[in-house]
Amino acid sequence: MAKITVNGQDKEFSGDANMPLLWYLRDELNLTGTKYGCGAGVCGACTVHLDGVAVRSCQTTAAEADGKKITTIEGLSADGEHAVQKAWRELSVPQCGFCQAGQIMQAASLLAKNQAPNDAQIVEEMSGNLCRCGCYQRIHDAVRLAAGGA
Amino acid sequence: MLHYLEKLGTDSRRGPAQQSFPVIENVSRRGMLGGMLAGAGFVLAFRAGPAGAREPLKPYPTGGDGMPHKTVSDPNVFIAIDKDGVVTIVTHRAEMGTGIRTSLPMVIADEMEADWSRVKIVQAPGDEPKYGNQDTDGSRSTRHFIQPMRQCGAAMRTMLEQAAAAKWGVDVALVRAKNHQVVLLDKAKKETGKALGFGELSEAAKALPVPAQETLFYKTPDEFKLMRKGEAKIADLHDITTGKAIYGADVRLPGMKFAVMARPAVVGGKIKSFDPAAALKTPGVEAVHEIEGVFKVPRGFSVLGGIAVIANSTYAAMAGRDALTIEWDDGANASYNSDAYAKELAETAKQPGKVVRNQGDPDAAFKNAKDVFSADYYAQHMVQAAMEPLVAIAHVTDGKAEIWAPVQSPYGARKDIAEALKMPIENVTVHVTLLGGGFGRKSKWDFMVEAALLSQKAGGAPVLLQWTREDDTQHGFYHTVSLERIEAAIDDNGKVTGWRHRSVAPSIISTFKEDDGHSFPIEDGMGLINTPFDIPNVRCENGKAMAHARIGWYRAVSSIPHTFAVQSAVTEIADKLGRDPKDFLLELIGPDRKLDPKALGFPEDFWNYGDPYEAFPIDTARLKNVIRVAAEKAGWGKKLPAKQGLGIAAHAAWSSYVASVVHVEIDGDGVMHVPEVTTAIDCGFYINPERIRSQMEGAAVMGMSNTVYSGITFKDGAVEQSNFTDYTIARMSNYPKKVNVHIIEAPHGTHSGGVGEPALGPFSAALCNAVFAASKKRLRNLPTGEQVL
Repeated sequence: MAKITVNGQDKEFSGDANMPLLWYLRDELNLTGTKYGCGAGVCGACTVHLDGVAVRSCQTTAAEADGKKITTIEGLSADGEHAVQKAWRELSVPQCGFCQAGQIMQAASLLAKNQAPNDAQIVEEMSGNLCRCGCYQRIHDAVRLAAGGA
Repeated sequence: MLHYLEKLGTDSRRGPAQQSFPVIENVSRRGMLGGMLAGAGFVLAFRAGPAGAREPLKPYPTGGDGMPHKTVSDPNVFIAIDKDGVVTIVTHRAEMGTGIRTSLPMVIADEMEADWSRVKIVQAPGDEPKYGNQDTDGSRSTRHFIQPMRQCGAAMRTMLEQAAAAKWGVDVALVRAKNHQVVLLDKAKKETGKALGFGELSEAAKALPVPAQETLFYKTPDEFKLMRKGEAKIADLHDITTGKAIYGADVRLPGMKFAVMARPAVVGGKIKSFDPAAALKTPGVEAVHEIEGVFKVPRGFSVLGGIAVIANSTYAAMAGRDALTIEWDDGANASYNSDAYAKELAETAKQPGKVVRNQGDPDAAFKNAKDVFSADYYAQHMVQAAMEPLVAIAHVTDGKAEIWAPVQSPYGARKDIAEALKMPIENVTVHVTLLGGGFGRKSKWDFMVEAALLSQKAGGAPVLLQWTREDDTQHGFYHTVSLERIEAAIDDNGKVTGWRHRSVAPSIISTFKEDDGHSFPIEDGMGLINTPFDIPNVRCENGKAMAHARIGWYRAVSSIPHTFAVQSAVTEIADKLGRDPKDFLLELIGPDRKLDPKALGFPEDFWNYGDPYEAFPIDTARLKNVIRVAAEKAGWGKKLPAKQGLGIAAHAAWSSYVASVVHVEIDGDGVMHVPEVTTAIDCGFYINPERIRSQMEGAAVMGMSNTVYSGITFKDGAVEQSNFTDYTIARMSNYPKKVNVHIIEAPHGTHSGGVGEPALGPFSAALCNAVFAASKKRLRNLPTGEQVL
């Protein structure tokens, strides 16, 4: 049994310990903001925070989350008021929007460890998150904006 | 697109919207603009209207008239106003990132003077008899529905004004809808201060007859509050940034099961035997069902067949599928190998093909040429690879079916699901969720039929059928593989006197009718036939290429290979002649004119993106304008450091005009980068410039994927790629960093063109032309890889 804190709530998971967190969040807790995009850790759509740091929930098992704090897009802020979410809306970043929860969680994780990332650091941190609509230019700008830059 | 294809019989390849060619006269620039203003459709009639800036508009024909169920412009279908004044607007087109779910309601809201903050948008289920055509593809939503939506808004505004006038007992000329209420005017047309809210008027307005189009007055552009402003945000923005937006896999039903399915690796493959025992022992797995494949030819969107595993989580279903033992009979398509096929295409392209356009005497032109240019351009298959893999939720019980899916064509899906389940269509409901990208794949509803059949087999439990990324990559309807051969005859004066374009590619039509190896008018109309060059002798041909995989449309479809080849060749020939590529392109296009299809030898069944040619002629003045704008804004001709260069390309497509200048920089390791793209688009009367910009930005990124990264290949009939590890797309580590978008302000009244697709075609050529400018390395095979030197 794994004890996992999800968005501030204590949960007990008693299923297959190898189940990726992604499916526990989506299929059991009905937290559908975290998306399935590749199942291989190469697209970033499933990004959540594990103790405040971005991880791919499709590559993180329930067992690995035992005793940890998980934050999903639903728990990032009370009503979408995190600086990253606000910047995303300010610049109208999304097109289809499917990858955006993962992008936002990745960006929030970056800014939690580095409040003023330079362009190279933004590119390095965000390059694991794919966007097929091609919103990268605005994603980059929005990370910069959320960091307090222009 | 699909319904349109369904209508194409083997005896008639002419689309319903096609009309005979008009005689186009060359007119002066002044005359042309006058024609746009007056003759082109939005004709001003001189009669007295209501108070305020309003004008009557005469409708113009669009391709919407040729689509199944055409268009609907009944305000009571699209608009409901409750007593509290909340205006609910139905959007019947699918949202996959273009912003259309916001843009069309914006048109209604603006035209009826609704306060945008009091508008609620609801998504229509698949019901074309009620809403008109719902095939959200072909860059058609604005093109076909700008007029019906304006009409809905104007009619509802008029009804509200009539209701208010009746309540006050005054002439309708003394009232005016303004910002969610109707105000009373005095004899001098000044506001009296008396007003009735839309909520107060809703019942009386709804009871009134809907006024006829020709009696309506529309807002003039200076009165627009939403249209053409780009200030209002997309409707789902807050939900998207907070994880609340509902995509295909996000619907939750009581008792819902999760499923995945094993399908044949080769199209047409059949199950010889299978053993479900190990799968059934997998924890969480509840059942294993065979879904029978459909093996008719043509296949249409019929299911491939396979073995489905139902479980209590997606994870358990996947684990169960891994434990299945299945023996397949691959069938005839197992002979499909991309390496060998590429050679076949190249061989075919050396021989004359079926002539799809002939003008003048190309043979003589080539015989008398001083010099001949010839090049082959090859591109691999691609798969749409939306970030959201295919998924559908079905609940089939008590003789009724309810389906939720991210689908571009909900009504076509509904018809096929009804047929598959042997139910009357009235008993089938198709709900459209947000689409996590579509790019054409989600116009093909095989995944929804599978889910419906599975729910039925599972005894009526609601089932979420998830395609894995690997499924999505390997069981697609693929963008075609292609070989384009361009030949140009050049005379003593360095003029191009002859042009031959031979296109060889398996056709989309093979999915819908027995394959004869040849293309059909929709593909030929995307930049093969309608190359707008002022060259006296032109022949366009199509070589035979049989399909061995499911071929389908992918955002921008055949314009990708056609425009890549044509616009690469232009720069190549310019280089050969020592000319500037931009000047040479403008010279090839020639004088300002509207192309005369008949004089140019276009075939009778020439497909003009579905639009009637009289209303949507190919206008070289507009094409040259976007080229000049893009070149000027990009600083064309500027001196660049070594290993940097600019490339240009343009086309007229989807009744719009797009030119792009791509700036390429090659680093010390020989890897190409794109610091800047400059795109100019003339899409006529537009709604939301902010979303046009985002479409242009996105098109550059997808264009980079198309050109540099993405390729699907087959070995023994099976797709070799599986996930984003080997089917690669652009990442933030290398993408067009800055896309500058210039939207042409076409004269008021210029018909709306498409936006979603037109920018893809020119990008590949502009990029490869830029690589050439930077390095003299010519790239003719896609994907190129980012390592170019």
